[in-house]
Amino acid sequence: MVFISALAAKGRTIKAQRPWPRIVVDSNVWRDAAAGLASGQATLLALWSDGEAVHMGLTGKAEEGILIVSLPCPDRSFPSVAIAHPPALRLERTIRDLHGLVPRDCPDERPWLNHGRWGLEHPLGEASNGPSDGLPYAFHTAEGPPLHQIPVGPVHAGIIEPGHFRFHANGETVVRLEERLGYVHKGIDSLLRGATLDRAASLAGRISGDSTVAYALAFAQAAEAALGLAIPPRALYLRALMAELERLANHFGDIGAICNDASFSLLHAHMGALREHVLRTAHACFGHRLMMDRIVPGGVAADMTEEGGTRIRSLIATVNGTFPELVSLYDNTASLQDRTVTTGVLAAELARQYGAGGYVGRASGRSFDARRWPGYAPYGELSFDVPVREDGDVDARVWIRIEEVRQSVALVDQILAGLPSGPSMADMTRSGGARTHREGISLVEGFRGDVFAWVRLARDGRIAAAHLRDPSWFQWPLLEAAIEGNIVADFPLCNKSFNCSYSGVDV
Amino acid sequence: MRKLLFKNLLSPPLTEPAPEADDLALAQLARSFDDAARRALGRSLSIRHVDAGSCNGCELEIHALSNVFYDLERFGLRFVASPRHADVLLVTGPVTHNMREALARTYNATPSPKWVVSVGTCALDGGIFADSYACVGGVSKIVPVDLHIRGCPPSPMALLQGLIALVERSASAA
Repeated sequence: MVFISALAAKGRTIKAQRPWPRIVVDSNVWRDAAAGLASGQATLLALWSDGEAVHMGLTGKAEEGILIVSLPCPDRSFPSVAIAHPPALRLERTIRDLHGLVPRDCPDERPWLNHGRWGLEHPLGEASNGPSDGLPYAFHTAEGPPLHQIPVGPVHAGIIEPGHFRFHANGETVVRLEERLGYVHKGIDSLLRGATLDRAASLAGRISGDSTVAYALAFAQAAEAALGLAIPPRALYLRALMAELERLANHFGDIGAICNDASFSLLHAHMGALREHVLRTAHACFGHRLMMDRIVPGGVAADMTEEGGTRIRSLIATVNGTFPELVSLYDNTASLQDRTVTTGVLAAELARQYGAGGYVGRASGRSFDARRWPGYAPYGELSFDVPVREDGDVDARVWIRIEEVRQSVALVDQILAGLPSGPSMADMTRSGGARTHREGISLVEGFRGDVFAWVRLARDGRIAAAHLRDPSWFQWPLLEAAIEGNIVADFPLCNKSFNCSYSGVDV
Repeated sequence: MRKLLFKNLLSPPLTEPAPEADDLALAQLARSFDDAARRALGRSLSIRHVDAGSCNGCELEIHALSNVFYDLERFGLRFVASPRHADVLLVTGPVTHNMREALARTYNATPSPKWVVSVGTCALDGGIFADSYACVGGVSKIVPVDLHIRGCPPSPMALLQGLIALVERSASAA
């Protein structure tokens, strides 16, 4: 209980931020915060920069609250967090690449997103000319006579996003996996700067296409917090409806794809059909299969169509009619269980240390769900369970998804039953508190885990700076740990069970 | 499982009827196919997908082409694991600088005759990411593009119409 509140007393509070406090600290308090992360008194939520200062988001144990700690960097450097707390490592390397703020004593000197191809160094900081033909990258090694390397990617064999995996293997057994990402870095943080609210919402919805609803919702909530804008109840319910539809579509797709990677194509075909039903329903209700650009600051851009309720009820009937049978097929197929049970085990301690969200965390004993805590409307009025398992293997990650499908179906039912009437968009001209509250943060539960958003508005209402943190930042490194000791042939299975976002972390 | 298979055997298929080839796509493709290529390929094309910076939205809809509703393989189109086996590169994304070389190398690894289909708004000209320091801004700036399929992301039906136009052009006289 003490850590976050004790830390909060050590800095100067910035009044402009809502709904959780931000404090400005000196480098000693910054180090205290890093030590608190290392000792497990707090969990790292985000680590980013606006070009002038570095910001660290923390949550305490239980319901202790969220705190943002800011350290100004007039000398363009800050004490490394990663040296005490490894989950900060890639975030810190990203800050160095993009902003040119140097983490002092950072245990890894290699660039992360900067592959030496932009013709620029530090594009968001004091930019200077840089290489454009690529830089060599020294992978970590594993040495000894029987070991060999397997390089994979960036262009993979399937229809998936690009990234490089470097395996060191002893025969069939993976001794070490190292990921190299950044291939789909689009410079979204730089595009967000100076963007109008509308354009920024569109950009946020394209950070990771499979989570477009979650991202649009996170961005909208952060912008609304900054503007002090209240959202009509109908819009809140429609947003939750879209979010649960997105969760259903992705979980169906994932369960099927995991089974497919174990060569069990029957379930893949059935889950693919369920996913398609969800997307068609989304299109019928909101006019877009993935529901892109439907959630905007102030409410929802498209109210549900007349036939929407009927379509969704028929979707629920379809799911309830077929899903239980498919689940028992998964449960009773020994050849499939043989591939998923005890494969790719993620230790609970690692999930806790990294603050892994979503099914990755929940399959390894971490029960965090942003809908439950810190919570946001309308989930306080709806009843749902957060499934948790302890096994941490591929099978557990499948079961978490199965449980979440059941929960989401029940939630969709409740949302339809309680859907308020009235406007679906707030009056944007009435954001009266705008001049005094100019920064907002939010934490939204996407299908993959919690999406964090921070938005700072300029006086003209445009975005001064913004940052959206994908849940995969704290899941990708765990895949490297989970695969160790498994056979190379099980990597696709493990990878799919994590289903981390490339675009979301490459931004 | 037997019960489920038996039930599926008796229930009607979910697969959609084949759509007409997209007229716009046919027009775009008119110049891309000579007689030699048609003789070599017939009605079958192998497709290699390359994500050159997409948000992953296009990939989801390309995936959907293989589900039971769209069943891409009935048209003689199939996805292959290597560019060495491909006739067509299906490229998504605004082309990030970090993917520039990988895209060019994938193109060079694909044997001729070959075609490039760019997919999605940002593959055309960079779309919403066009002004970024990190993006080249369109597939055609790196490799020659024969057909563009619009949409953010294009629906599976739009993708199907474009790809069917490609098969028809490859199989029929100009």
